[in-house]
Amino acid sequence: MSAGEAAIELRGLRRDYGERAALAGVDLSLRRGETLLVVGPNGAGKTTLLRVLATLLRPSSGAARVLGAALPGEAWKVRGRIGLLGHDALLYRDLSGRENLRFHARLHGIGREAAETRIAELLAAAGMTRRADDRVAELSAGMRQRLAICRCVLHEPELLLLDEPDSNLDSEGRELAQGLIGPAPERTRVLVSHDPERFRAECDQVLRLGVGEPAEAVVA
Amino acid sequence: MTPSRLAFAVLLGKDLRTELRTLQSLPAMALFAVTTFVIFRFGLDRTSLSGSLAAGVLWATLLFAAILGINRLFVAEREEGGFDAIRLAPIDRTAVFAAKATALLVYLLALELAVVPVFAIFFLDSAAALPPLLLVLLLANVGLAATGTLISSMAVNSRARDLLTPLVLLPLAVPLSIAATGAIEPLLALGGPGYDRFGTWLAVLGLYDLIFLLVGYAVFDFLLED
Repeated sequence: MSAGEAAIELRGLRRDYGERAALAGVDLSLRRGETLLVVGPNGAGKTTLLRVLATLLRPSSGAARVLGAALPGEAWKVRGRIGLLGHDALLYRDLSGRENLRFHARLHGIGREAAETRIAELLAAAGMTRRADDRVAELSAGMRQRLAICRCVLHEPELLLLDEPDSNLDSEGRELAQGLIGPAPERTRVLVSHDPERFRAECDQVLRLGVGEPAEAVVA
Repeated sequence: MTPSRLAFAVLLGKDLRTELRTLQSLPAMALFAVTTFVIFRFGLDRTSLSGSLAAGVLWATLLFAAILGINRLFVAEREEGGFDAIRLAPIDRTAVFAAKATALLVYLLALELAVVPVFAIFFLDSAAALPPLLLVLLLANVGLAATGTLISSMAVNSRARDLLTPLVLLPLAVPLSIAATGAIEPLLALGGPGYDRFGTWLAVLGLYDLIFLLVGYAVFDFLLED
């Protein structure tokens, strides 16, 4: 996939939960390396959109292509190329941060030595080296979020799906996180935030979702 | 795609490490089994059991103790969002089924190594039946691990999972229970182990294992999907 090609292409994407439409027709085209900011009130379907893009939810109707793969049929082609930072840290509480990262690295097929190097780099970048061997259950919410960011970028994904990436982070944590999940030429990002002004400067498009309304995508 | 053998080893290693560290399943299963043996001992007012009664007491106790472990098999994934992490990884979902079923098999074997000697002390006159008994239990465990993993993965996202697991698992385990007790009964016969239709029951257990391993292989991918 070359730069300039669409990383995400949605046409009339809809997702229903029973009778209720969580996403009511989303049209969008996002090129590789661009950042999309998704805004909208609670219940507008922001998290649902991220989960559909992450291949965790099937669209009810419409067409979705992510990194060149048609969802849901070709979802297997893009798993491993996506990094998801959601409401759950996706970390096991009874394992240490380092053990969790090792677990995820090995699941993504990263070799043992390469994984150790990468994990050490990420822990240092997130300011978590000192607490890396503590059980996740013993860490504060902010530290768990830092580890979750490390997990999200561990396998160097091409597409980052970030749901409120700043939640629970202090100012130092936000600054460190920027280095890991901030804009980069080869990194396509979809950001969900309740604080659009915080990310306005780094986004190329804004997608406004309303409750039960068609989505509106605008160039930032 | 991460090789399936690597994914299997990583997932199994994570489950076993977590259990060794937290001891959330095995001690509860063992304590339940030993307590049940004590209840049977005093409830039946017998110091020695043989034949079908011994087989029934042993198998029913192990089956109900297994349900405690089966109920907890996917709890870490549910509570900590691990299902999403596994679904996002480029791995064959069959590796998840194989790793979870193997983890459960290890728990069941550890349980039996701990509590079958207790059963023997409480109820058996000799230990001669124990070696062939372990073979029967090993075959029964494979089937129970396969069905238990399937049911647990379905029940884990339900609010009524504690009820759902036994309600769905026990009917599915009826053929397994018939074959297991059928094979155990002659081993625990009065006067020493016998092998009447032992091979037939082992074959039935093997068939049950094969069927549910194949079902798990075929459907587990769909169970993890949205």
